[in-house]
Amino acid sequence: MAQVSLRKIVKMYEGDVQAVKGIDLEIEDHEFVVLVGPSGCGKSTTLRMIAGLEEISSGDIAIGGTVVNDIPPRDRDIAMVFQNYALYPHMSVFDNMAFGLTLRKFPKAEIKRRVDEAARILDITPLLDRKPKALSGGQRQRVAMGRAIVRDPKVFLFDEPLSNLDAKLRVQMRTEIKKVHQTVRTTTVYVTHDQVEAMTLADRVVVMNQGLIEQVGPPQELYHHPATRFVAGFIGSPAMNFLPARVENGAVHLPGGAVLPIPEARRARYAGAPGMDLLFGIRPEHLTDHRPGLPNRADITITPEVIEPMGMETLAHFHLGEARDCCARLEPTVLAEPNVPIVLSADMNNMHLLDAKSGRVL
Amino acid sequence: MSADTLSVDTRLAPQPGTGSLRRFTRRRSTIAFLMTLPLLLVIVCLVAYPAAYGVYLSTLNRTMERSIGLGNFEILFDTDTFWNVVWQSCIFAITAVIAKALIGFWLAHMLHHIPTKGQRKWRGMLLVPWVIPPALSTLGWWWMYDPSYSSINYLISIVGAPPVPWLGEPIWARAAIIIVNVWVGAPFFMIMYLAALKSVPEQLYEAAAIDGATGFQRLRYVTVPMMANIISITVLFSLIVTFANYDIVRVLTNGGPRDLTHVFASYAFQVGILSGNIPRGAAVSLFMLPILAVCAFFVLRGVTRRNKEQM
Repeated sequence: MAQVSLRKIVKMYEGDVQAVKGIDLEIEDHEFVVLVGPSGCGKSTTLRMIAGLEEISSGDIAIGGTVVNDIPPRDRDIAMVFQNYALYPHMSVFDNMAFGLTLRKFPKAEIKRRVDEAARILDITPLLDRKPKALSGGQRQRVAMGRAIVRDPKVFLFDEPLSNLDAKLRVQMRTEIKKVHQTVRTTTVYVTHDQVEAMTLADRVVVMNQGLIEQVGPPQELYHHPATRFVAGFIGSPAMNFLPARVENGAVHLPGGAVLPIPEARRARYAGAPGMDLLFGIRPEHLTDHRPGLPNRADITITPEVIEPMGMETLAHFHLGEARDCCARLEPTVLAEPNVPIVLSADMNNMHLLDAKSGRVL
Repeated sequence: MSADTLSVDTRLAPQPGTGSLRRFTRRRSTIAFLMTLPLLLVIVCLVAYPAAYGVYLSTLNRTMERSIGLGNFEILFDTDTFWNVVWQSCIFAITAVIAKALIGFWLAHMLHHIPTKGQRKWRGMLLVPWVIPPALSTLGWWWMYDPSYSSINYLISIVGAPPVPWLGEPIWARAAIIIVNVWVGAPFFMIMYLAALKSVPEQLYEAAAIDGATGFQRLRYVTVPMMANIISITVLFSLIVTFANYDIVRVLTNGGPRDLTHVFASYAFQVGILSGNIPRGAAVSLFMLPILAVCAFFVLRGVTRRNKEQM
């Protein structure tokens, strides 16, 4: 068990391409931290630098208080689960899991005890004699996790481990990973581009964009209090709606003439907003069907272009002025139809105002 | 419409007079057979027939007028020269194949770690010995082995060592033949191993590095097992070709001195063509068959087993 510290980490590739642009991150002992972001944001590179599979151009990485910049992967006491499992095809499941211990010259009895224990946790005991070829995707992923668990390392590193699984299995394995972490409590760094994985697994989520950390925080904090437009748009599905707006007389003015009063409790926060170019951000789940009588709600009339009944909810897609691809989440009982105007209710307690130029959330 | 219904419908539909022939020619197995027929004909004409004829020849007497059964083999088994040839062929083939495999593996590894741009240049240069006709390149080596004027002995003399009678003494002549064979054949191993190395997923090495493997352990536990099939097939192929090698021995030593550097092919040529005893020459050639058949059986069995387990 150990802390992981990243201090001013930079990764340059040939041709002065900067993949990671000087990030700082402290990961506590036992913590489950998820690095999330779009392709090319530097999250996998960061993980590989922690693993020692990529050299660091500048900065320091410390594991358990020891700077590991020049320590090879085998001496960092880490274990990694890869996207493509990276199981040795010529070895049985048992040998795959035991490989790291065998190389470290553990006694055979101890190796067997650890492999059996990991296999029991992951429910793969009947598969120990099989070759990876004879396993399904989910079973292979469990074996890959088993290989990490038996080592009892200081840190687990997961590099998009569920990307190759189908949607149903991904949900199942997500739960497995969370269960395993709750059992072994090893410090974990997990990389994914799937924000649902990030939100469900993490103690803290690190949102990365273009080689920089946009925001670090617990999932709920990122959801409710995003710091930037990127985080606000990245976290949550469907994504947050952004509408050009201005603030006048304690109300948000939207294109098309809609005027949404700002709740009393938020007015002080937006005292500097009048006169600024702003974006009004509101999540689809906070833009629902008309509910008269609820406090801090504002009505807004839209004309849906597409209606998507999902069963437990109905999504209404619309545009408002220049803002396209907007979305609202309605109760499934609401009889919305395309091209028929409908009055929605915006939950102004969960609205966000962003500086249109800097993208910072006010 | 289900497949069953469709087949019933087709059967019940009125067929013209040539219907059954048309159905026969449209069957996938018939088409497959017809498409492979040219290759089968080539194999029959160029492989099966000569092999069968070789077996038939080996049972004839010297004048090829009557059958003497296994008489040619019995005579060969009583000849010291023949057993020398068997011994020499085995030593030659095994030593040369091992050396080619090791050098090829080393070269492939070196090339694999050169960036792509430079790799193409080096790969091209290293393939040169393999693409030059061996008879020509061996002639060059023959010059280099010359005891009086050769470049090799000149280099040896620089360090003060006495000149080596490369092709004049059996031990040196054997070494000389193996060196040339390795020089010609190692690039083939290199190119095969390079292709195999490129197919090993990089993540396996990364996983092994994190698991705690050193460079040598990665080679032993990842590279070699992942390349096992290519290594086996390449070794088998090279063993067959090396056992049947003719041109290098013919150009360098012609089997001498004192018939001590003959291999099966050169000895078969000497007995069959130069000495005019074609049936006995055929018997010499056929002696390679059981040795190679045993090797091929074990190698291919291993390849099949690994394929079943891993693919």
